[in-house]
Amino acid sequence: MEGLERFDLEKIREEILERYPAKVARKRAKQVVINRKDPETGTPPEIVANVRTIPGILTMRGCCYAGCKGVVLGPTRDILQITHGPIGCGFYSWLTRRNQTKPRTEEDQNFLPYAFTTDLTENEIIFGGEKKLKAAIEEAIAAFHPKAIGIFATCPVGLIGDDIHAVAKEMEEKYPEVNIFAFSCEGYKGVSQSAGHHIANNKLFTDVVGLNDEVKEGRFKVNLLGEYNIGGDAFEVERLFERCGITLVSTFSGNSCYEDLTRAHTADLNLVMCHRSINYMAEMMEKKYGIPWVKINFLGAAATAKSLRRIAAFFDDPELTARVEEVISEEMAEVEKVREEVYPRTEGKIAMLFVGGSRAHHYQALFEELGMRTVAAGYEFAHRDDYEGRRVLPYIKIDADSRNIEELEVGPDPVRYRPRVTQEQAEKLKALGIEFMDYRGMMPEMDEESLVIDDLNAYEAEVLIERIRPHIFCAGIKEKYVIQKFGLPMKQLHNYDYSGPYAGFKGAINFYREIDRMVNSRIWQMVCPPWEKTAPLEGAYVKEREEESYAHATHD
Amino acid sequence: MLMRHTTEKIVERKNLVVNPVKTCQPIGAMYAALGIHRCMPHSHGSQGCCAYHRSMLTRHYKEPVMATTSSFTEGASVFGGMGNLMDAIANIFSLYDPDVIAVHTTCLSETIGDDIPQIVKKAKDNGLIPRGKHVFHANTPSYVGTHITGYASMVKAMVDYFAVPSRKRSDQINLVPGFVDPPDMEELRRISSSFGVAVVMFPDTSGVLNTGLTGAFKMFPRGGTRVSELVTAGEAIATLGLGRFAAGPAARALDAKCGVPCEVLDLPLGLAATDRFVMALSRHTGVPVPEDIAEERARVVDLVADMHQYLYGKRVAVAGDPDHLFPLVEFLLDLEMDVRHIVTGMQSKKIERRMEELFREKAPDKRPNFAAPGDLFLLHQWIKNDPVDLIIGNTHTKYIARDENIPSVRVGFPILDRVGHQYFPIVGYRGAVRLLEMILNAFLERVDATVPEESFELVM
Repeated sequence: MEGLERFDLEKIREEILERYPAKVARKRAKQVVINRKDPETGTPPEIVANVRTIPGILTMRGCCYAGCKGVVLGPTRDILQITHGPIGCGFYSWLTRRNQTKPRTEEDQNFLPYAFTTDLTENEIIFGGEKKLKAAIEEAIAAFHPKAIGIFATCPVGLIGDDIHAVAKEMEEKYPEVNIFAFSCEGYKGVSQSAGHHIANNKLFTDVVGLNDEVKEGRFKVNLLGEYNIGGDAFEVERLFERCGITLVSTFSGNSCYEDLTRAHTADLNLVMCHRSINYMAEMMEKKYGIPWVKINFLGAAATAKSLRRIAAFFDDPELTARVEEVISEEMAEVEKVREEVYPRTEGKIAMLFVGGSRAHHYQALFEELGMRTVAAGYEFAHRDDYEGRRVLPYIKIDADSRNIEELEVGPDPVRYRPRVTQEQAEKLKALGIEFMDYRGMMPEMDEESLVIDDLNAYEAEVLIERIRPHIFCAGIKEKYVIQKFGLPMKQLHNYDYSGPYAGFKGAINFYREIDRMVNSRIWQMVCPPWEKTAPLEGAYVKEREEESYAHATHD
Repeated sequence: MLMRHTTEKIVERKNLVVNPVKTCQPIGAMYAALGIHRCMPHSHGSQGCCAYHRSMLTRHYKEPVMATTSSFTEGASVFGGMGNLMDAIANIFSLYDPDVIAVHTTCLSETIGDDIPQIVKKAKDNGLIPRGKHVFHANTPSYVGTHITGYASMVKAMVDYFAVPSRKRSDQINLVPGFVDPPDMEELRRISSSFGVAVVMFPDTSGVLNTGLTGAFKMFPRGGTRVSELVTAGEAIATLGLGRFAAGPAARALDAKCGVPCEVLDLPLGLAATDRFVMALSRHTGVPVPEDIAEERARVVDLVADMHQYLYGKRVAVAGDPDHLFPLVEFLLDLEMDVRHIVTGMQSKKIERRMEELFREKAPDKRPNFAAPGDLFLLHQWIKNDPVDLIIGNTHTKYIARDENIPSVRVGFPILDRVGHQYFPIVGYRGAVRLLEMILNAFLERVDATVPEESFELVM
């Protein structure tokens, strides 16, 4: 993208760090990085990520409970999820993440519109909440007859010493037809939502995956990992799979149901969309069942086509390959039409993306298709491997704040371990550019003239906006109206501003149209009132009236 | 069906809350703190609470909601959050430069027992609080009461920290508004000011959570009660607390601390409660009710008389915060509507007793279902057993409205899916007109959408 404005990133970075107290500046310096690659190795610079939040800095981050209950388990419609804690956590995570779901029949269970909580009061904080939790589980079973119940710990639960796992076990013995499991996802665990992902992965892996060996009908069986069906994204991916003849065994966890998760281990390939939240599951399923995983990305039309081709290459079946090519060419026709229409209005514009743990990377593909440049990007809670690629995994040190997040020991299942890919196949696919169990990260794909900032805060966002004035800024609801007050379009990339889907080919079309609407909206030209643009008052009316009232006054 | 598991059969629940009509204390405290000029609300707990509270408030107002957090880690959760709060105070003043930091707590810091005054004192001794700047706090354990309790505690803390007893009495009325939206606060100020006295209202979120778009983001907008005003609260002729649960504690604390006589009234929602508010203003100021206000009242009466046929006998279910419920139900009964089901999330025998009295007085032959605490799951079950024509409550009630095919009117917190509450009041006589507008239009639109073609009317 020649001829585009360049920014003095060094200066902007310095300006950001300058204002901080020395101790804070030292910490932030390692999290605010210019993406200049090493000239010899071509690797991006090292960034510090997944470290504790600086108190009082006005972070965008949430907590472990949000990562576990809100993100990973939340979208599964028929696991009845009980928040064990005071009322807030359950209330705020109730229907606020737009995980759409579509039960297959009128009779299928769907608990998503419900919030279940033990609503702990002072009495339980003093005398313990286990009794109340047990009774709540009994009431839930009596009123809702769920197949599975998940229990989610909140901050005080760990402190008062409620043993939620013992409660789950005891209640499961009493109600053997219900699978009851608990998550120790107290809000203070780890440093962000990320710890909650890990805790959710572990428990789903030990207590749900592998319970049902019944193999689903169909060919080319895959799982979609880390796709949460925000605004119907998973629906669009499901549509494409159906068109291509790919069998979706289970999704973790957009539009998912418990039953499908129990037989996830019967698939032959795991597709990882959001690496941060679900890579643990992908790893563990590979170790225990021999299912390989590949990183895919269904955001961006080109990325979607590439991902579908990846799946076809893995199964290496001429019929599937032909079908995939046919679907791509049919779908791309409409995509290209819209893209060409929109491109002249979006080309050359500047975007910034500060989103969770994966979208700040994925959405750059969509902006690229619109001819837009991402000048700054970062995550709230991703780890170094999401920024720099999994090659840095051996060098990541787990610090004191995250050390207590359990790492499961997983080995091959004595009966069900079955490697799906031979060494020879793997070599062949590698030659085609398909790496198993790898993710290259966000930074290698970003422009050298860009800033990468981990755990961006309100102050830093303000500096970025004032110095760079992007044409669009992408983040979440807490940032939305701050950015708009600056007179800039702001796109929420967590909840899509209540639209979507943005995944797949139809999603790309939606996104192109949405970004065109936003960056070219007339409202941004109307921010400045006309009287501030015109010359000072010329009329004589006010003056005359003043004289008149003076005349009146003297008459009185 | 969205709520496919909600059955007619009601099984008693004592331990499991399903679809609450309340949330936790700190969000109320955060909201109250935003009603102080140049104040940064600070959440002393793990950062998830702060993120959730900011998100929910910002969804309700479609406005920036700024607040900081101590960002507890596991270590701090075990050994105490003193270091976190001290660092936070230093960082907030150096980066964001507020005049005031209002600290509230969460279930985490309350369970471990952090002593906030002691930490703040240490911060002061260490020179972390610049001259002329303030740090004050309220304890807001999430496992006690609701968001209304948290609001009440933070407002009371404003009195505890800032109000100064004075022998001097100024022509000033203190207003402590309940948990209402910024335009409601504006309206309360307008009505009170029309009596010709100075009005100190705290908190006041107008000009903070309903600002315009000018191209310049201001972290601390022009609105909010000044600390200097809070100081003068001690010399007012009277304090009116609007809403027993939300405003009562602060109004009474001011009486106890500074001897300012206080009167705790219902939120002025609807005709009768607004009458009581206006009468109280008149009584305390010694000023007759201004003609403009009387005219506004007359318009409410006029509108009800005009449209009475559409209101009379209509069955209603109401869900909301306790201070809203009583005057709202009173208004609906005055409109001769048939209030069948009422739930609030707060545990309260008091409001139950008052509600009984209200029905005895205004609808002696009716006995509504009432639960405090209750939840929306219970409300939905009641509606299945005894259907209604209208639901009044926050956004969450729309799931019931859709399944049961009933119109719903959004009143209360949170409203996440409609506009209006950020701009127009529901308190006072003008607010009563707006409530009537919403209720009547909901009914009239329903008639238009459902009557047979031959009965479709041009004029209604």
